[in-house]
Amino acid sequence: MLAKTREKIIETVLFLSAATAITIVLLILIFLLKEGLPILMKVGVIDFCLGMTWNPIAIAGEPEYGIFPMIMGSIYVAIGSLILAVPLGLACAVFLAEIAPAWARFSLKHAIELLVGIPSVVLGFVGLVLLVPFVRDHFGGCGFSILAGSIVLAVMALPRIISVSDDAIRSVPRAYKEASLALGATHWYTIKKVILPSARSGIIAAVILAMGNSIGETMAVLMVVGSVACLPSPLYDVLDPVRPMTSNIAIEMSYATGDHAQALFATGIVLFVMVGMMTWLSHKVLKSKMGTAR
Amino acid sequence: MTAITTTNGLVSPATSDRAAKVGLWASAVLSMAILLFIIGYIVIEGISVVNIPFLLGSPVLSGAKGGILPAIVGTICLMAVTLSSAVPIGVGAAIYLAEYASDSVATRTITFGVECLAGVPSIVIGLFGYAFLVIYLGFGFSILSGGLALMAMALPWIVRTSEEAIKAVPLTVREGSLALGATKWQTVSRVVLPSAIPGIVTGAILGVGKAIGEAAVLMFTAGSSLLMPSSLFDPVRALPYHIYILASEGISNPMAYGSSIVLLAMVLAINLGAIAIQAHYGRRYGRN
Repeated sequence: MLAKTREKIIETVLFLSAATAITIVLLILIFLLKEGLPILMKVGVIDFCLGMTWNPIAIAGEPEYGIFPMIMGSIYVAIGSLILAVPLGLACAVFLAEIAPAWARFSLKHAIELLVGIPSVVLGFVGLVLLVPFVRDHFGGCGFSILAGSIVLAVMALPRIISVSDDAIRSVPRAYKEASLALGATHWYTIKKVILPSARSGIIAAVILAMGNSIGETMAVLMVVGSVACLPSPLYDVLDPVRPMTSNIAIEMSYATGDHAQALFATGIVLFVMVGMMTWLSHKVLKSKMGTAR
Repeated sequence: MTAITTTNGLVSPATSDRAAKVGLWASAVLSMAILLFIIGYIVIEGISVVNIPFLLGSPVLSGAKGGILPAIVGTICLMAVTLSSAVPIGVGAAIYLAEYASDSVATRTITFGVECLAGVPSIVIGLFGYAFLVIYLGFGFSILSGGLALMAMALPWIVRTSEEAIKAVPLTVREGSLALGATKWQTVSRVVLPSAIPGIVTGAILGVGKAIGEAAVLMFTAGSSLLMPSSLFDPVRALPYHIYILASEGISNPMAYGSSIVLLAMVLAINLGAIAIQAHYGRRYGRN
């Protein structure tokens, strides 16, 4: 009898620790809403998300809370990082999965693990001292720019894209590849026409996940994008500075009070929702693959 | 090797095959070069700063001179709090998911929660830590607040890797133990867990190694005091945040390089430790 009670207690304790993660997520939601919802209601969700002016400490007149330029700032640097990181990352993944000899695979795999381990603030610092002056001298502008932010984020996204795509490529059934080779196709032709299309959903999931990570990244971006809360002009000028949502929170939270602080929590809500959507979408894509390819 | 491939007719399949492979090799080399360049650059610029007075001294003039001992100690204290809170909870959760959970709504909700938490941006965890731990629970800017906020970052990783390590233990081992009359918990604690320990320890170490670099979490929870902490409720300035302040406020680039080397060395030591544990114990029941 005693043993049975003991077993029951242990199972309950284990269940409670398993429920911790979802509890934390709920607490995060509750506290973000508690702090951010009042200002969202006051300004209006539409006006908050699509408003063009961010002027929280108005010297004269009403303060304005519009974060559209910052939403776009986040999207600019995230897409920029993907444009740079996806081709390189995909090539590395194909290399790892298909043509790397054992020693090359071993060293590249460990190099990628090391790259993941570099703290984002260190990458941002290197970006600040090397990349910003480089962009200023060779491309023009002030150096703090969408371009610099995209490059730093691309370095962060690279290892994630490589390892998830590598897994996707390796999970393509061997028979597909062998059938293609047996028909006389070259290795490269097989990779291009058989292996990559079969691994497509895994790769797309990796890219979406990388985009979510890039939107949510703070320190590395903060140090190189310049943090000007306006849209670039003209809209395609990647040498202009922007301010992503994460930078906005990081910069202003230290001195914000009242409505201003609430508006930063509301920015956090928007960020949370955007990144959450990306995570959900990538899982959705992965799930659809499980249904068809296997 | 005459192939059925019909490319544009200008380049033979064999040539395009060779060209593509050269391209793939080049991209692998480029990725390695980026990594080596970043690490090499920091080490070359900062190694002259790193010496005993730097490692064991206190900062002078907001860190423009002197050492970084309080930041190192603060970082280690934060890691200790994170480890001691995230590991028991994470391993407990992994045991539940791997051994006890049936495929019910509750289990799926729990798994969903772990995936959600893994996706929350670090700055949002920072905001949450500020509103919940610092203000609501009244922990203030402290090691405790910072360590617990980092726990939220490390937890999903620890749950996943531990669950994988536990699931890799073959079913027959459990059945053998249960057949001898052991209870479920006896089986889990005396038979399954010892086999899974290397995988769990490796995952835990890597999880904390990942979390500790997150300055965005620490800037709103651990404070930015440059004094030596004397209790869990004292504020500290963790190394990543110290680097951010040194660089962004233009206090001292050389000191920022030096601090980056120390932070990189700490993360590297953590990763190497994890690899060594795995190599030493090996995978008793490997999956690959």
